[in-house]
Amino acid sequence: MKIDNPTALIGGIIANGGNSLENKTGKWSARHAEIDQKKCIKCHQCVIFCPEGCIEIESDGKNVEVNPDYCKGCTVCAIECPAQAIKII
Amino acid sequence: MSSLSSISDNIVALTGAEAAAEAMRQIEPGVVPVYPITPQTPIIERFAAYAASGKVKSEVITVESEHSVMSAAIGAAAAGSRAMTASSSAGLALMYEMLGVAAGMRLPIVMHIANRALSSPINIHCDHSDCMGVRDCGWLQIYCESAQEVYDQTIMAVRLAEYLKVMLPVMINQDGFFTSHLMEGVETLSDEQVKKFVGEYNNPNSLLGKKNSLTYGALMLPDHFFETKIAQFEGMKNAKKAYKEISGELENVSGRSYPEIELFQIGKDTEGVIITMSSAAGTAKEVARKLCLKGHKVGVVKIRLFRPFPYEELSEAIKNISNIAVLDRALNFGSTPALYSDVIRARYAALLPNARIQSYVFGLGGRDLREKDVEQVYAEILTNKFSEETKFLNLNR
Repeated sequence: MKIDNPTALIGGIIANGGNSLENKTGKWSARHAEIDQKKCIKCHQCVIFCPEGCIEIESDGKNVEVNPDYCKGCTVCAIECPAQAIKII
Repeated sequence: MSSLSSISDNIVALTGAEAAAEAMRQIEPGVVPVYPITPQTPIIERFAAYAASGKVKSEVITVESEHSVMSAAIGAAAAGSRAMTASSSAGLALMYEMLGVAAGMRLPIVMHIANRALSSPINIHCDHSDCMGVRDCGWLQIYCESAQEVYDQTIMAVRLAEYLKVMLPVMINQDGFFTSHLMEGVETLSDEQVKKFVGEYNNPNSLLGKKNSLTYGALMLPDHFFETKIAQFEGMKNAKKAYKEISGELENVSGRSYPEIELFQIGKDTEGVIITMSSAAGTAKEVARKLCLKGHKVGVVKIRLFRPFPYEELSEAIKNISNIAVLDRALNFGSTPALYSDVIRARYAALLPNARIQSYVFGLGGRDLREKDVEQVYAEILTNKFSEETKFLNLNR
């Protein structure tokens, strides 16, 4: 995995603050969670249980969506979902 | 004793420890984190007294251990302040992890070491096991025979550490008790001369400086770690040239000259030479002097700059001398003594390409060793591609 890091100075000093936002840890896994929106009952248990906090509640306050940039397919949400609406793909 | 080129009015009676503290007083570093250990304690005690009486405005921080000493020095140097300190023996050993951090972060910290034996058994007296144990961690190392050398080398070390193409920490070694606690006349420079020589603290990557939001000490994965370490390795190599320049510059101010190695009674017909460091060299020189008066052809080579090791200068100095003794003040269990190993390499430097043993460094920071790297090694050694220099495998230049 090559991360281009032209801003590292001598000693590995990083010159642009906040560049950890560019590091998408979701790349560490080949598998991610996918929510079947038709089955989803909007209980938000997956949001509460996700260890990464990468299931986001949308602006309507109800719908939820997995953020693939950070999801690593740990399966906790799939196990907790009372409607069994989540698959790990 | 180093030679005094002229008798000056500024001769002060100082022990090695006091000479270190006096040079530090004139340099006036911004931050001095301290923790005591025999026999370096007089250095920090005297400096703390200067700070307490207002003679320096340095911030003296009494921390809980030597590990914290180096951590605080790293924080200060990274933030934008000159940082200096002192330690010995077990104290140096305790801060070992942070030595690599200081060097890896390219921070120009200057530290005095009053060399003392490592435990066990506990022994508070002079021995080089402390400094030799850390000789390859990335710090420059200078060895001082006398209080005079400690004084002058401290002033030089600040400039050497902060030299832009070096930017590495420097360890100034003096023999515990034999140098640190024995008094001699030391020629000093004026406060103005020292301030002018060292100038302002110069680290372009200061956290509180001009560049915005710098991050020190972040994780670096196998894709970049190796290259960062090679840059540090090049910094250490650049220190050879920096040492020549800076010692030359100080010689113009003080009249005292400090080449990387000191040659005593070394001439075309020298038959026997002792190679050693620190105060033992003084004893060796006195004996050589007496023997030469009786017609013997003996001399001494004293190593001042130990890291980076002056292979070329030493090789040149001893090339025609057939009988060599190396005096080491530390044991390398399971191996040969440190200075001896380096002298052997210097001695046989010219023969190394014909020795057909090539050094390679690979895989730093998890960089993979691929089959094609191994193939490259076989291809090179079977086609006579030998070099004195270490080569690197799978490095992205």
